[in-house]
Amino acid sequence: MTQRKAGKRSISFGPGVGITASSTVVGPMEAAGPLGRYFDTVLPDTKYGEKCWEGTESKMLKEACESVMQNAKAQPEDVDIIVTSDLLNQLTSSSYAVREMPINHLGVYSACAGFAEGVIVAGMALVGGFASKAVVAVSSHHDAAERQYRFPTELGVQRPPWAQWTVTGAGAAFLEFPAPDPLVVSRATLGRVVDYGVKDAYDMGAAMAPAAADTIEAHLQDFGLPINHYDLILTGDLGSYGLEVLRELLARRGIVVDTQLEDCGALIYDRNKQDVHSGGSGLGSSATVFNGYVLKQIPQGRWRKVLLVATGALHSPVRVKQSESIPSVAHAIGVEVKES
Amino acid sequence: MDYLMAFLVGGLICALGQLLYDTTKLTMAHVMVLFVVLGSVLTGVGLYDKLLTLGGAGASVPVSNFGYVLTKGILSHLQRDGWFGLLSGAFELAGAAIAAVILFGFAAAVAFKPKG
Repeated sequence: MTQRKAGKRSISFGPGVGITASSTVVGPMEAAGPLGRYFDTVLPDTKYGEKCWEGTESKMLKEACESVMQNAKAQPEDVDIIVTSDLLNQLTSSSYAVREMPINHLGVYSACAGFAEGVIVAGMALVGGFASKAVVAVSSHHDAAERQYRFPTELGVQRPPWAQWTVTGAGAAFLEFPAPDPLVVSRATLGRVVDYGVKDAYDMGAAMAPAAADTIEAHLQDFGLPINHYDLILTGDLGSYGLEVLRELLARRGIVVDTQLEDCGALIYDRNKQDVHSGGSGLGSSATVFNGYVLKQIPQGRWRKVLLVATGALHSPVRVKQSESIPSVAHAIGVEVKES
Repeated sequence: MDYLMAFLVGGLICALGQLLYDTTKLTMAHVMVLFVVLGSVLTGVGLYDKLLTLGGAGASVPVSNFGYVLTKGILSHLQRDGWFGLLSGAFELAGAAIAAVILFGFAAAVAFKPKG
């Protein structure tokens, strides 16, 4: 049997898991940001005809799933497995989004790192021969997340400058093995849960940056790659402050970043014009930026090799109120255009 | 002059709250409770009355005034009824405020729907 394990913590997907299609659904604020033109569907408002934000989030996720299958010219019956993730308790948005879909479902949770975890789980199933077509879809909604993790939105609590804005959006990718197209996920590194003792539920960038540094270092070691193997290293939702912390942490580990290092959360909004403080967060951050902005520009040749390091703050509101700190994780997927 | 003093006293109380909120890890609930307790203690030692004379609405509008009305009612009942006043006096003055909160809260809940 072919050994797919690489180093201590990584997986080689061999010839690569094909990304056949992608789709994104975003709220009005995300569409008004600098990446607005890369997103497929834009909601007219944050309710989208639903009575509550939780309902809106499920609807976004469902539409992302349906349109990614359309984009891949596949029927639900063709899909062997759908992996979804979101931020709400009991994976609420996921279950309500897929309840009418006749597809085997796996729900995964690693907070905002859910998209990368989903791709890793689906990728292992595909390369392992347990499935041949898979959908990975995730979502987050600002208002629904805010009231679960912090305070009711209508209370009007002041947000500190390092707070981030949960992205209202859903992103989906259609994966196939063997890959029909040159665009593939070729490598992945699983995150370890790290905790540097940050207790402020608003300061997630600082809480997650150590997890991102840890996973990036492991990825480079496991595959013996220099950091500039990738044209772009994209973290999920560290925000502007968290990204600075990451640069510092990488420098301390002796990793000189001589390639483009960006953060989805820092890219998605215009911090000077939009009142988002340190940038975006949530599963929607990495999922919409990756499936929209990145995947749409790879065919145009802007980048050939991209490492997505999706970061997740794994705290529960209950444990934070009990004065516990915020454990974090980062899962990485390496995407590339194969030379033909 | 009344306006100026109300502005200064009220402004200082609110600025203190904002500073606490910005420089410590206290949440909004902590700061609110702290101000009610502070108002109560200042009333007990006779200082809040002076603040009210000085600042008028500047001192009576912030939440610290809730501590004042609670304590004021208790103190008057304490003098009149003895120890039983500790329990009976709390809502003497605060009763009107609490009734208003219940009434307006109820009316708002009946009239409006939550946003999400």
